Amino acid sequence: MEALLEILGELHPEIDFETNDRLIDDKILDSFDIITVIAEINDEYDVAIPAHEITPENFNSAKALYELIERLLDED
Amino acid sequence: MDRQNNVLEYLDNIVDICPDKTAYANETDELTFRTVYDNARAIGTFLYDEGKYKEPVVVFMRKHPDTIVAFLGVVYGGCYYVPIDNEMPRHRIELIFQNLKPGAVICDETTIESVKEFDYNGAVYSYDKIINTPVNQSALEEIRDKALDTDPIYIVFTSGSTGKPKGVVACHRSVIDYIETLSEVLEISEDTVFGNQTPLYVDACLKEIYPTLKFGAKTYIIPKELFMFPIKLVEFLNQYKINTVCWVVPALTLISGLGALEKIVPEYLHTVAFGSEVFPIKQYNMWRKALPNAKFINLYGPTEATGMSCYFIVDREFALDDAIPIGKPFKNTEILLLNDDNKLAQKGEQGEICIRGTSLTLGYYNDFEKTNEVFVQNPLNTIYPELIYRTGDIGKLNERGELVFVSRKDYQIKHMGHRIELGEIEMVMNQMEGIQSASCIFDNDKKKIIMYYVGDVTKADAVNYCREKLPRYMVPNLVEKLDVMPLTSNGKINRLALKEMYANR
Repeated sequence: MEALLEILGELHPEIDFETNDRLIDDKILDSFDIITVIAEINDEYDVAIPAHEITPENFNSAKALYELIERLLDED
Repeated sequence: MDRQNNVLEYLDNIVDICPDKTAYANETDELTFRTVYDNARAIGTFLYDEGKYKEPVVVFMRKHPDTIVAFLGVVYGGCYYVPIDNEMPRHRIELIFQNLKPGAVICDETTIESVKEFDYNGAVYSYDKIINTPVNQSALEEIRDKALDTDPIYIVFTSGSTGKPKGVVACHRSVIDYIETLSEVLEISEDTVFGNQTPLYVDACLKEIYPTLKFGAKTYIIPKELFMFPIKLVEFLNQYKINTVCWVVPALTLISGLGALEKIVPEYLHTVAFGSEVFPIKQYNMWRKALPNAKFINLYGPTEATGMSCYFIVDREFALDDAIPIGKPFKNTEILLLNDDNKLAQKGEQGEICIRGTSLTLGYYNDFEKTNEVFVQNPLNTIYPELIYRTGDIGKLNERGELVFVSRKDYQIKHMGHRIELGEIEMVMNQMEGIQSASCIFDNDKKKIIMYYVGDVTKADAVNYCREKLPRYMVPNLVEKLDVMPLTSNGKINRLALKEMYANR
């Protein structure tokens, strides 16, 4: 989770990613961010997020995103 | 048909042919050609009643079909539209207003409050109100009779190296020239269903707006949010049976790069035009595999020559380290590749891409100096006055005689489909309290803008400041604080040293 918070924090230092759960709803993350985050997650966790998992629900909070990463790691 | 002199003739003509067909739509609203025609003429009449004529009218509305109607309404009124958008940072809008000194702004309900915060004292009109103006036929005829095809119809603002955005002014003639030849290349017809991606405040949206009117085609404005979620985006294309897209490359690679094409294929799509950046062959191959029968067209051109100037219909396979050519100029346009001696470059030799023809815009609004730097006498013609536009892009002809883009001449870069002067970012940053010096480099492989700065400012504050002052696509992707800025022997910022620093980090 630490590494994920760091990735997100680099993009938006002004946001508290531990508590914010409206990253998509409030238009905090945009398409540039999503692409960057997916690439960095791939580097950091060695997990590729499949297209059908790139949904507003999975990106709305760091928590949801981390749960997705864990789920994908379990499937491996 | 008589020789066309006015872009509005597209609409005047089509409204008699298919008045009840949808012209422009999004996921909730649809406008028929009849509605577009009636509302645009109401706006034209309104501007006439207000005494607005031959002047810039700012259209400050959200991305919506109504916004296109407002554009056309401004042209009916004999004025020229200047699109701005809530996405633009306040600072940039202020610079645009300073250059423009507009006397009228058309707003919708999403912008009418924020315009009050601007340093602007001119008229503010509500779109929803002015479309109810009863049409004054004779007034509109009078405006049309007096209009010339060299009169401006829009101004769009692009990034400027001095930090001031430059307003490119285009006239009826160049837009008609472009639309006619573009439509031929893209094979637009009444069956075309466009999926618009590009913002309405750049010239890229000409590709959808005017061919839709010319042929009675249909344009869906795709919600911006969908360009984050590739599967949803393709589902949208399928739901609305979109068959033609003219997108920036990053929008296409969003779908292919994230693996969406393996799950879902845009089944109606038969024409894919792309531009703004080099399409990585690996990504292109994924698209080709998903849509083996589609026509793929690479487009190239500067805003200063009205949209696009060159095209290449992809006709063969390319190696992974190859670049898809930009091909050849549109009909009625010539490309001159000029070398450092202002002579034509030989085959294989690099030269600056210079454009000759009707497609040249009128130049930069309220800025003769900048205009004269790049709209210059054709050096190959010493006999009579003839302008060419110097793009600052370097190109060459390959062994097949096709034009190939090589690089930018200066610090102007292409990033996420936008043209950016790194100097503009630096200029904005250097204005921040506590910043001593800021300099940007561009990582062309990873497509990242990296900013180095010296000053008593935290990284978070520096990023926040960028977000406040710059459009999203100009905000650096990586910000690093330095103790000292490396300088060259003559005191300039040493960008090479910064690049090395970045490479070794």
